[in-house]
Amino acid sequence: MEPAESAEVHYETTLEGGKHWSLTVRSGMRLRLTDRDGGANVGMLFYNPLNPLERYNAPDTLKCQHTFKLTRGHCLYSDMGRIFCSITADTAGWHDTVCGTTTRQGVARRWGERRYQEFRNDWTQNGHDAFLVEGGKYGLGRRDLAANVNWFSKVVVAADGALSFDAADAAAGRWVELRFEMDTLVLLHTCPHPLDPSPVYPRKAVVLELGPAAPMAEDDFCRNSRPENARGFANTELYRRSGCAVRGK
Amino acid sequence: MLRASALLAGEAMYRQIVPAGDYWLDLVKSGQVLRIVDLEGNQAADTLFFNAADVAERYSAVDTIREQGNVYLSCGTKLLSTAGNVMLEIVADTVGRHDTLGGACAAESNSVRYALEKRTMHACRDSYLLAVAEHDELGLGKRDLTHNINFFMNVPVTPDGGLSFADGLSGPGQYVEMRAAMDVIVLISNCPQLNNPCNAYNPTPLEVLIWNTDVR
Repeated sequence: MEPAESAEVHYETTLEGGKHWSLTVRSGMRLRLTDRDGGANVGMLFYNPLNPLERYNAPDTLKCQHTFKLTRGHCLYSDMGRIFCSITADTAGWHDTVCGTTTRQGVARRWGERRYQEFRNDWTQNGHDAFLVEGGKYGLGRRDLAANVNWFSKVVVAADGALSFDAADAAAGRWVELRFEMDTLVLLHTCPHPLDPSPVYPRKAVVLELGPAAPMAEDDFCRNSRPENARGFANTELYRRSGCAVRGK
Repeated sequence: MLRASALLAGEAMYRQIVPAGDYWLDLVKSGQVLRIVDLEGNQAADTLFFNAADVAERYSAVDTIREQGNVYLSCGTKLLSTAGNVMLEIVADTVGRHDTLGGACAAESNSVRYALEKRTMHACRDSYLLAVAEHDELGLGKRDLTHNINFFMNVPVTPDGGLSFADGLSGPGQYVEMRAAMDVIVLISNCPQLNNPCNAYNPTPLEVLIWNTDVR
């Protein structure tokens, strides 16, 4: 939940379902994602554009914050103990980061394949190929893919460890807001979650809004949500001040 | 699921003790059976697998748990690659549950989890980095050190979405055994972590055994 902060918007765009894109986001920017029609999924990966060997690390993100789900107050960690971005607001409440993404074979098994030849841009794009295409634009390849975030997708775990996709709260208009703490390369796609039970390939649009984030206050919710995050912010601040990441700021 | 193995240690073609804080890296061929023994109990074996014929194809935690529909690994689990192929299958397990959510410890994540000063403590990723540097003929590097398995580690997920690092279910002499379905390079870091109960604050040796069963 929480703050609809001063929402100056520099750029707004809509990605229809089954598409991919990438962008670099500067430290101090905010990115809001809105599930326009309900039931969207946004696959996302994060890299340090100055050294893409530093990348989003889902296990560190989860274990540093003793969480399985992602929601407001959580920070997304790189493998170097630093924070790419913080989740400053979230009306969805639960985002997955352990189920990976769809593949061409997986889409064909689950929903049937629609090839480009017959369907043009209404083909059944998959998350794996989407990440490879976007990553390739920055010299990244198969070896650089990692466990991604699946925004808006809720996957719960039973006592025996069984995973299940929970579509109950997938209402239209849900949004989540990220505040970037480092300059970050973001790869994203709007391909469906691999466990989405929809009988047909879900093609759900997402609205992206970019603008300046409000300055971080002393009582910042993300920094103070856990003592680990105070240390994560300290590591990030050291990196920002230590020279190579300053770049005209 | 618990299942003891019929294989006898005396008939193994290979046996090696791996002290805590060391790594073990070797080739396991298709059809061979690999056993990892928690010699003294409550140890964590942080393990990665690579297709020996194409190291860009490697163990994928997310594909493995999604396709089996369960976050815990045990007997019957097929360990899948990033290309969706079966790399190995767990064929015996006296513990019942192994983790693949928590990843490996690193100097940097230790600094976040425990204290900034802990960044100088030995960590699994340092063992991994040394392993790939000492075996640069394999062409592996930092980008290949991804989301691993923590054999013998117990990381329960709660219904409300929490994650905890609980005292291990393992004990002295417990083991997990897997049969390779392709030639795999196995990289194990015997976890040196001193800051959490995953190894009872006391890292201890592992043993690795390999049997030639029906090698193709």
